[in-house]
Amino acid sequence: MQITSPAFKENARRALSDAQLQKALGHVRSGFIDKRQYAVEALPEFDALRDSARAIKDHTLAHLDLYLEAYEEKVKKAGGYVHWAETAADARNVILEICRAAGARTVTKGKSMITEEIGLNEFLEKEGVRPVETDLGEYIIQLRGEHPSHIIAPAVHLTRDQVEADFRRAHDHLPVARDLSEPESLLGEARRVLRYQYFQADVGITGANFLVAETGSSIIVTNEGNGDLTQILPRVHVVVASIEKIVPTLEDVSQILRLLARSATGQDMSVYTTLSTGPRRPGDPDGPDEYHVVLVDNGRSSMLGTEFQDMLRCIRCGACMNHCPVYHAVGGHAYGWVYPGPMGAVLTPSLVGVDKAGHLPNASTFCGRCEAVCPMRIPLPKMMRHWREREFSRGLNPATQRYGLRAWAMFARRPKLYRLASSFGIPLLSFFKGRKGSFRYLPLAGGWTRHREMPAPEGRTFMQQWRDRDAQKQEARA
Amino acid sequence: MKSERVEESRRVGLFVTCLVDLFRPTVGFASVKLLENAGCQVDVPMAQTCCGQPAYNSGDRADAIAIARNTIEAFEDYDYVVAPSGSCAGMLKKHYPSLFKGDPRWEARAEAFAAKVHELVSFLVDVLGVRSVGAAHAGTVTYHDSCSGLRELGIREQPRNLLASVSGLELKEMRDSDVCCGFGGTFCVKYPEISNRIVEEKTANIRAAGAETLLAGDLGCLMNMAGKLERQGIDVKVRHVAEVLAGMDDGPAIGRGKG
Repeated sequence: MQITSPAFKENARRALSDAQLQKALGHVRSGFIDKRQYAVEALPEFDALRDSARAIKDHTLAHLDLYLEAYEEKVKKAGGYVHWAETAADARNVILEICRAAGARTVTKGKSMITEEIGLNEFLEKEGVRPVETDLGEYIIQLRGEHPSHIIAPAVHLTRDQVEADFRRAHDHLPVARDLSEPESLLGEARRVLRYQYFQADVGITGANFLVAETGSSIIVTNEGNGDLTQILPRVHVVVASIEKIVPTLEDVSQILRLLARSATGQDMSVYTTLSTGPRRPGDPDGPDEYHVVLVDNGRSSMLGTEFQDMLRCIRCGACMNHCPVYHAVGGHAYGWVYPGPMGAVLTPSLVGVDKAGHLPNASTFCGRCEAVCPMRIPLPKMMRHWREREFSRGLNPATQRYGLRAWAMFARRPKLYRLASSFGIPLLSFFKGRKGSFRYLPLAGGWTRHREMPAPEGRTFMQQWRDRDAQKQEARA
Repeated sequence: MKSERVEESRRVGLFVTCLVDLFRPTVGFASVKLLENAGCQVDVPMAQTCCGQPAYNSGDRADAIAIARNTIEAFEDYDYVVAPSGSCAGMLKKHYPSLFKGDPRWEARAEAFAAKVHELVSFLVDVLGVRSVGAAHAGTVTYHDSCSGLRELGIREQPRNLLASVSGLELKEMRDSDVCCGFGGTFCVKYPEISNRIVEEKTANIRAAGAETLLAGDLGCLMNMAGKLERQGIDVKVRHVAEVLAGMDDGPAIGRGKG
């Protein structure tokens, strides 16, 4: 996928003036926040579960190699294959080989962010294998030739009217007069079209929300049931998962699952929680003949042991972006790569380099709402600040910022000089306000005054006045 | 002489904060008044400048550390360090220790310092047990929960409880009072368009609340919201909560002229 994170500012500007997008983003606020709140309030042990989930993941990350190897053993024992992919290209090639070996011309796909990350769809298409997205949101954006703007609601940037127009354009074999005025009718139509694809597909590709070392199972959670059809109907099932999806036991997963849907959509559990362990066994009523797992690293192992390791606890619930004022303002595409919002602001620089993704950890007010709602207690603002530190030490932030900061720090580090400068400058600035209390324009403060007035200083500084008060007290005593 | 005993146990060093020092001294004097009324002896060390957040949040650790050392040294002799800002108090209390983690000479000093730091209103309520301030304010107000105070220091009920003790004051809550106003320190000038979108959302909620005055505990947020309200021509006065609690709300509101 083309990365446009370096153009974050331009992306954001475009997003802010896109009326359709702004209308669609209103639903993020109303759709997710309240539902999560109700679900969390109804579960008294929610915070205790967060602590427990954090401990589970921290333990797993500390012994990642051990659990991954244990998992591999179990998958093999169940009759499946495990492929280790160090890079995105490795992963793409392995998946293509599996598709070629199966003689696949069509593959169905369940919703998966990792296949976005490795750019699988474009690659398969180029190689003559047609990927068909089966999650409704993913299906919509595939029709539009777009990428997801949200990690659990890929088409959240679209209004219903836009989707209706896309369906009428793409499904031109259906009666023109059909009713598509309700979300349910849109879903019904997508289901009818997709039903046929499930039977056409030779390979089904899914992601994984979790991999369980104890049993060698992969787990997906979905609401539409499309994931189940994707992994059961074709002859070959390929699970693509990044290495940090591993958890030790089923007991561990069941704890984290209690957090996932509540944090994501406000459901107690997703409609479907599906475990798959190896290919169809003799006597099984259904299931694939072949079962493959592609374990993708793509930069994650280099986060281990660094200040960014905690990010690998992420379970991709999307709560951080649902609660982020910046995400609400600009939507997911402005972030310019696969992962938007606060989790993207930390993860993207780790995976593509802070030289390309440097804007993302800066475009945050540090309001802390993301960390407050994160079910895995990931300190997102702290890690964004770590990225800013790396940028600063490598001289990556703009020169004007650096000089401005240096000039300010020269005073802020020297209280006497600071006092002198402010005793002179502030009353002067205050003088220019005249009878008004704020400035409409102020030199060097264009970023502020373009959109708002700049409140003027009251007059002399507090320190000047305090000194006078002290002096008067001394006099009175003398 | 003076009542030495009380003063010794409640010697407060006021961390004025750079914005209050430069833009809104009234908030500093209101803080002093509230603290003195509650039996504190208040001192203002001259060796303070800023808490260092502009450097710290820009990734400039070296300057942040230098400023933090100055601040810690300037306030080490006090029983308490109090700031009329959740953001600056959060920096002093939550982030200074992390700046010195592993530094054998400074880690313990930073921890001891941090333990004495409080935001003004929560200090009055949680530490000093103030329940009523004896002020009057005839009119309606709405209160914005600034992010750092709310999420780093747990300040939510304290200002509301004290405001409830102000005679004549009626609190009208706004929608999403706990959502960021878009200030974010240097964020508002680094990403002005995004900041603007966020503060527009905030001023719409402020207007819908229908109160005459907007209050909050952080001058950065207040200047941002006041500047936007003024630009939009929305007639809501903006003040730091300490001004109302101290009964020092007769001068011009933030961003407003005399008359």
